[in-house]
Amino acid sequence: MSKNTEIRLSGEGGQGLILAGVILASAALLEGKNAAQSQYYGPESRGGISKSEVVISDGDIIYPEVADPDLVLVLSDVASVPYTKDIRRDDTMVIFDSNTVTKVPELKHGKIYKLPFTMTAHDKLGKPFIANIIALGAIVALTDVVSKESIEKAVLARVPKGTEELNKTALLEGFELAKTIKK
Amino acid sequence: MEKKALLISGNEACVEGALYAGIQFYAGYPITPSSEIPEGLARKLPKYGGVMIQMEDEIAAMAAIIGASLAGKKSMTATSGPGFSLKQENIGFASFNEIPCVIVNVMRGGPSTGAPTGPSQGDVMQARWGTHGDHPIVALAPNSIPEIFTETVRAFNISEKFRIPVILLLDEIIAHMRERIIFPEKGELEVVDRLKPTVPPDQYKPFDVTNSPLPMVPPMAAYGTGYRFHVTGLNHRIDGFPTNNGELIEKELHRIMDKVELYKKDMFKTEAYMLDDAEIGIVAYGSSARAAKYAVNELRKQGVKAGMLRYITIWPFEDNAVEKLAQKVKFIVVPELNFGQLILEVERAAKGKTKVYGVNRVNIEIIHPHEIIEKIKELLHGI
Repeated sequence: MSKNTEIRLSGEGGQGLILAGVILASAALLEGKNAAQSQYYGPESRGGISKSEVVISDGDIIYPEVADPDLVLVLSDVASVPYTKDIRRDDTMVIFDSNTVTKVPELKHGKIYKLPFTMTAHDKLGKPFIANIIALGAIVALTDVVSKESIEKAVLARVPKGTEELNKTALLEGFELAKTIKK
Repeated sequence: MEKKALLISGNEACVEGALYAGIQFYAGYPITPSSEIPEGLARKLPKYGGVMIQMEDEIAAMAAIIGASLAGKKSMTATSGPGFSLKQENIGFASFNEIPCVIVNVMRGGPSTGAPTGPSQGDVMQARWGTHGDHPIVALAPNSIPEIFTETVRAFNISEKFRIPVILLLDEIIAHMRERIIFPEKGELEVVDRLKPTVPPDQYKPFDVTNSPLPMVPPMAAYGTGYRFHVTGLNHRIDGFPTNNGELIEKELHRIMDKVELYKKDMFKTEAYMLDDAEIGIVAYGSSARAAKYAVNELRKQGVKAGMLRYITIWPFEDNAVEKLAQKVKFIVVPELNFGQLILEVERAAKGKTKVYGVNRVNIEIIHPHEIIEKIKELLHGI
């Protein structure tokens, strides 16, 4: 049976997590892989706890949600405990936003990293809402789950016209941030 | 040319399946988590020459699809728990009058308004018994995006062929999830249309089956084609008019119930996964079956011979499949996103030949494979 890569993007409504998950799953399809993307969101459109999960595989995807995450992204305090408590391996990468997550929980398993997605979006690109694409760039660079070319293609296919350059730069910022992490 | 793989949600796959099956009329009242279905059909159905109406409420929407179906059009509505409750009286009308239609119910947390964005499998028994009186009904429960497409087509086919309302039971997880799909080409899947009368209008009786090419299924004339006939929720004679004659009432009720009995093998659909040498059985459906299959694979890696029996057609319930399984396994586990609904059927069909245990969850999260694995290990220790 082929190994799945399971990625969870968590935070709060309005951070673009579902879009990021859809983009990542489409990038996998571009490479002829299989992908399943699922989500949880509450009745609030902003601020409520939210997650988007992506399972990528060369074979069939049996369980469509994350059963044993390889990587968990946390962009908000509301998500930091509920979406990290089921981590069961020590090599699971858990990446917290170094600014929007004010309290990093103690984890029994998993390896904790902190990266300044929101600060980079704000300071370098002047658009705080593009932290999702920066994070996506970092995730791709860290996991190699899809190629950098595929993720760029998938991003450009899903973002509004006129924002292509901004999104490309955001991805590049993400690739750069990934380099600061030693796996 | 290689066909293109798309990433679409379950609700979008339902829209595409309905269009493939030849839907001509949709009426509904939007409700989370089913709203992407009317959204998609509002955009696409007019391009196929069909009509999409947003009605004032769910009751009216159900009534509208009954009317459209009587006028000869393949019809569908989509809703979720609260709307499904509202539709029940008219579902009974459609069932009793053998009016083909497809009712999609994307199950969300309940009861009442419940949890709009959270998944559930709480409407399994309502799908069977939601409307009053003994009545025939069919319910299908796919568990992936490609299967939502094919089961939507099959829902229309069963409904049209046998003149029976078909409920497509999705849950929030598979409705909102996105997966890879390659659409079947035209002609790749069977598409069935209803029987039409061959007698002239003055000889037509809407519930007469004597000369039907499909035993027990009356050919169906379309309003507006010269055939005039009466349709009522009252017990009726074969000419459609009401009757209080007990003998006629019983005969007609028997026919519509026996019709399902006669054709149930054409409606049944199950998936057997690793059952040949299974010592532990899991009976599952919908999104919970995805967790069950994963659990089977994990348990097999650990030397536990588990297998899964998945129900794709839930109603009518295929008793034999469970009975056969019950004869050879140590026990059966039934994972469900409710307090235990289909488990009642599994217990009944198992006829005491093995023990049946539930894995249940109502916290609006999908059942996790490890819950099933732990339950099975716990039970194995107890033996």
